[in-house]
Amino acid sequence: MSASDDLQPRGDARRDGVIHPEVIASRDESARSQDGERLQHAEGASKPIAAKAPREAQPRGAKIRGDRPIDQAEAAERFLAAPLHQKAHDARLWDLRTKRDTAAFGIPEWEELREIASQIKTHTLANLDRYLEEFEANAKANGVHVHWAADGAEHNRIVHGILKDHGAKSLIKSKSMLTEECGFRHYMAGTGIEVIETDLGERIQQLDNEEPSHVVVPAVHKTRFDVAEVFARTMGTDPENDDAKYLAESQRMHTRPLILEADAGLTGCNFAIAETGTVVTCTNEGNADLSGNVPKLQIHSIGIEKLIPRIEHLGVFLRLLSRSALGSPITQYTSHFRAPRKGTEMHMVLVDNGRSERLGMEEFWTSLKCIRCGACMNTCPVYRRSGGLSYGATYSGPIGLIIDPTFNKRKYSTLPFSSTMNGSCTNVCPVKINIHEQIFAWRKVLAEEHQIPLLKQGMMKAAGQVLSRPATYRAAIGAADSALKVLPRFAIYNPLNTWGKGREMPESPRQTFHAWYKQNRMTKAGGKKTDAAK
Amino acid sequence: MNVREETLARIRRNRPAGDHPLPEVPDFAPLVGQDHVAEFGERLKRMGGRLADVIPGADPFASVRERLEAAKVVASAVPEIAGNRDLGAVARPQDLADVDVAVVRAVFGVAETGSVLFTQAELQVNAVAYLAQHLVVLLDPADIVVNIQAAYRRPDFAHAAYAVLHTGPSATADIEGVLIHGAQGVRSLTVILIARSV
Repeated sequence: MSASDDLQPRGDARRDGVIHPEVIASRDESARSQDGERLQHAEGASKPIAAKAPREAQPRGAKIRGDRPIDQAEAAERFLAAPLHQKAHDARLWDLRTKRDTAAFGIPEWEELREIASQIKTHTLANLDRYLEEFEANAKANGVHVHWAADGAEHNRIVHGILKDHGAKSLIKSKSMLTEECGFRHYMAGTGIEVIETDLGERIQQLDNEEPSHVVVPAVHKTRFDVAEVFARTMGTDPENDDAKYLAESQRMHTRPLILEADAGLTGCNFAIAETGTVVTCTNEGNADLSGNVPKLQIHSIGIEKLIPRIEHLGVFLRLLSRSALGSPITQYTSHFRAPRKGTEMHMVLVDNGRSERLGMEEFWTSLKCIRCGACMNTCPVYRRSGGLSYGATYSGPIGLIIDPTFNKRKYSTLPFSSTMNGSCTNVCPVKINIHEQIFAWRKVLAEEHQIPLLKQGMMKAAGQVLSRPATYRAAIGAADSALKVLPRFAIYNPLNTWGKGREMPESPRQTFHAWYKQNRMTKAGGKKTDAAK
Repeated sequence: MNVREETLARIRRNRPAGDHPLPEVPDFAPLVGQDHVAEFGERLKRMGGRLADVIPGADPFASVRERLEAAKVVASAVPEIAGNRDLGAVARPQDLADVDVAVVRAVFGVAETGSVLFTQAELQVNAVAYLAQHLVVLLDPADIVVNIQAAYRRPDFAHAAYAVLHTGPSATADIEGVLIHGAQGVRSLTVILIARSV
């Protein structure tokens, strides 16, 4: 077989991928191929990872107090205080990142694909009005009912209205970050219409009354013990049985009658094709196809930024999406819903919810290119060590830091500070969003708009005065040996600086780089030393 | 103005300035070798699918006979296999909940990924491909395209009300990364390489 598309991680990657020996499982339950090879497609781990007993309570997410700023650091601290959860989470997501690298390196044109995908998205967003009109016209010609929702509340009212019109009592749905963003499940809780999540991870989260912690693997912060506890409590499974197959099979048997009896089905949308009016979903479990093909009423919720012009462009995006997300060449199911089945009704809801305003934000509009692969989350050291729920927002990790403040500047004002600014998110983004630069830009915007707590503002102002004048800075650190010693201790170790927590700052070198350079590489006259001058 | 017009007006007001042309998508060199049939089978197996051995001259369905004979309910959408559940007579998709094995023919296969395509024409009832416990797929070796790019140049996607690429069976690893087949859909997907009978 062609070695260029080898899906197995290279020997070194596999060995080096072990970052937490404490969470390497003793038994391996993953499915095998017909030739007996260990499989790792879909979101399967490339090596067994399990948080072993003794049992450890699952750390919960950030405390939500209305519009008050989320204290991500506080929630992260509780996550770090649960070492088995934290290490299993870190190992699992680093494994996805490693699988992503192997898959990306297997395609010689990977960088070209990223560039083309980015350009297609830029073009579409710059002409979004035209493509939405084209999409709507084609969907209507296909016999689809098209709705427009200005915000999340309107989306919920529209979907509720469609369900009421059909006398629906239950709705099966596949995972959709858009419906999470709209708070759809919470809204529906008061309507008497039951909403049933059918993705395993999302169902676990629904039964535990938690939001998804990751855009691709919603229950990745939970161990099998946590899942066993949730299922025992909500489905009556054996609380002592934490076998992953038993748990997954129990959920299948429990959910299937609900799928068969549902009056309506709802899916999200990965790509909406303007030239055909098609909604495309990329899934592994087959639950989106059940939602779209079993009940006689189907609804698709679409964020308006999901548009792409033509079918042929799927040939670019599909090659990037699953490889970036999971390291798999494709998801198990790539589904194209274009027109209703005979005797059924199909609705599509186009949701804005702040997207058209974001389009006008000069520094931030390219975040609309996001295809929700989660690669930036998997690679982020902060995300892997703090868990998605610590962000207290629908979107967590690096992409969340730049999207969430567009929804609520006050509530999410602290999130752009939950980054090491290492730029890894930008490097793995399949549509080349400059994520870390936008994180930095948000810090400036939030500071200018006084959304940052006073202590942090004062600290930054003091640091800024020193850092903005090179001569003052050099004089200061020359005397003190190091900037770490110039900055007051409270600035480094105060509760607002997440990076001072749980670690001491590194020992400062005896000599600054600037002083070393001046001594070793500069001539007396101040010019750069050349060989001739030696 | 209604919501639609307000949304479009906001987009027109806010959309980024400048010329952002739609890029041409070049024809990328295939990742797979010349033997598309072998490449397809190899990739299908890595995605959890099964490839039936077909020995020339012998019964092409030999490897699934046991499964078919053990099944109480077989729903067949192909002339090669006689099922005992007539898909043409199914009133509601829910009536297929008890199907053990479904047999369908793929429109085409994709060598790069090991995927097969179905539309509502092949499935007859779309839900059969998810409600059945096991799926047996007939694929003409002549119908294998080289890669995903080539797949999306086919006309099927623009015409079908529903089109779906299946790559192996239903799968999940939402619990600690343990890969499990048969999350909500079929527990297995077996491809038999056999030319179209007509």
